Amino acid sequence: MFVWTIVASVVLTIAAFLAGQSRAAGMRMSGGVALHSLPSYHGMFLAAGAISGAIVAAIAAALVIGTQSIVMPVAAVVGAAIVAGVLYPRINGEFRARNSFERFILFVLIACSGVAVLTTIGIVFSVLFETIIFFREVSPLSFLFGTQWSPTSTPASFGFIPLLVGTFLITTIAIVVAGPLGLLSAIYMAEYAGPKLRSTLKPLLEILAGVPTVVLGFFAALTVAPLIRNAGESMNLAVASESALAAGLVMGMMIVPLISSLSDDIINAVPQSLRDGSYAMGATKSETIKRVVLPAALPGIVSAFMLAISRAVGETMIVVMAAGLAANLSVNPLAAVTTITVQIATLLVGDQEFDSAKTLSAFALGFVLFIFTLALNYIALRIVQKYREQYD
Amino acid sequence: MNAPFQSIVTPASPRIMAERPMKIAAKDVNIYYGDKHAIKNLSIDIPDRAVSAFIGPSGCGKSTFLRAINRMNDTIPTCRVTGNITIDGRDIYDRDIDVVQLRAKVGMVFQKPNPFPKSIFENVAYGPRIHGMSQNKTDLEEIVVSSLKKAGLFEEVKDRLNAPGTGLSGGQQQRLCIARAIAVNPQVILMDEPCSALDPIATAKIEELIDELRQNYCIVIVTHSMQQAARVSQLTAFFHLGTLVEFGDTDEVFTAPQEKRTQDYITGRFG
Repeated sequence: MFVWTIVASVVLTIAAFLAGQSRAAGMRMSGGVALHSLPSYHGMFLAAGAISGAIVAAIAAALVIGTQSIVMPVAAVVGAAIVAGVLYPRINGEFRARNSFERFILFVLIACSGVAVLTTIGIVFSVLFETIIFFREVSPLSFLFGTQWSPTSTPASFGFIPLLVGTFLITTIAIVVAGPLGLLSAIYMAEYAGPKLRSTLKPLLEILAGVPTVVLGFFAALTVAPLIRNAGESMNLAVASESALAAGLVMGMMIVPLISSLSDDIINAVPQSLRDGSYAMGATKSETIKRVVLPAALPGIVSAFMLAISRAVGETMIVVMAAGLAANLSVNPLAAVTTITVQIATLLVGDQEFDSAKTLSAFALGFVLFIFTLALNYIALRIVQKYREQYD
Repeated sequence: MNAPFQSIVTPASPRIMAERPMKIAAKDVNIYYGDKHAIKNLSIDIPDRAVSAFIGPSGCGKSTFLRAINRMNDTIPTCRVTGNITIDGRDIYDRDIDVVQLRAKVGMVFQKPNPFPKSIFENVAYGPRIHGMSQNKTDLEEIVVSSLKKAGLFEEVKDRLNAPGTGLSGGQQQRLCIARAIAVNPQVILMDEPCSALDPIATAKIEELIDELRQNYCIVIVTHSMQQAARVSQLTAFFHLGTLVEFGDTDEVFTAPQEKRTQDYITGRFG
């Protein structure tokens, strides 16, 4: 019945538009009334009313009776007709249809942004409530400061520190790889490369960003990890077959295009007049970039890095495949480690009962991850505010 | 050559030439942007310690030629310059010339004030720092303060040298840019419509400053305001369609121009 509801609403909306428009146009033609708004605005005003009525009535019908019944399309028709019928007589010369329609548009825009915000709040709260249930069974202190993570053993232990360290280690490796590579290639593309080269290079880099992380994951596990192990063995180093280094390196390659593409846009947005000013002082190209362009672009570059860090912290697939599941408490990049996201995934994969401490711990992990990225973003924001060099 | 508008070079009048030594000399300069021929066979001799104004309708090439004097056109990939321009007898397009040193010697002030997004102090210290002009912090402070004083800005900003330069008013920003240019001790200062974004009071201050600066520098200013050219300059050059139509004492160019095109332009009967 969904299809019929939509068809009915659209038909009535169009009809309302035509009715409103022709009524307003007719008034101008026959009586010589000076209209405040153009006839099409009267039409759009009536159409806006009709579609609002249809949506409200259809949702109400669906909630009360269900989506399967014929009642839903009928309710939509009736709702639209009633609202349009009530508004129709208001159309006259003085009626400010244009202003009313502008207010309707404003309302639609606010509603759309409201949906995004409310969804986020909803997610946070649902995770928070599950987390509270989890903390009734496991003490927050042993969760936050425990160094043992083995949710499936008996008795289970939920020490979060090894996961945090693992996440931190892999993210750090990724940023150490991607930060310089991404930023320097952005500087090359924005400042040195000709427009032709740039227009080829940038899409090529962005293709790398389009590679699915599953593909990058098995590339890390089957190509990079053995390479690192062999290299390590030849130097008499003990390297786990699944290592943090392999995962971190590939993850770094994954976020290079993110950093370079965003930074390139940001560097390009720095006004040419600043560069001219610097060149006119006798500064060389690299001095200009180092002392004028990069400081001016700093806030944007920091936020590009933050976005990249968030991507890295949230990345799961590469780590599952390349770094393993062993929750070792280690900062050795050659050891196998695991991350928060990987544990969340493994805890919830397959059929699970949703009231065991094991499953609930995933929510606690998710909540801590959320707090972690929030704190990171806040710190970055403060850094940007402190050091920004605003150019206009 | 390519009639009807042949380049007619009127040498600067003997009075001005005798008083002041020559600083910049251009001979048979042609400038192209891709296929567009922006400057045609231009020759001009610009004296030291005087203000020379370039006037002419939009698109006549006066800014293009100005930017050729410190090779700012090098930053535009399609731009090509032929002929020769010398400063103190040295060809600035010679292979041996280091653009960095040339631009330190030939400062530039732009149409729209473009202070760096740094503090007032750092804006002025920028040039001295990149050219290693100071041995220590005291030296640097001295350079900054004296440059700000020369630009007539010091009294207004002395209590807030660490405030951002972008927070100043438009006129103050432009004087900051002039202070920044002066700080590297240039010999020539090029100004590309320095007052076009400013109100009349700020304009008057800049004009006063230009008049003081000409004691020590060779100043070339591009302006759209003929009153401004008449007020601040000793010499005026009239450009039209990429050629130099007339160049001479400002008084003479404005009261008794030798070319009909100049007369039409300054009396507003052009185009």
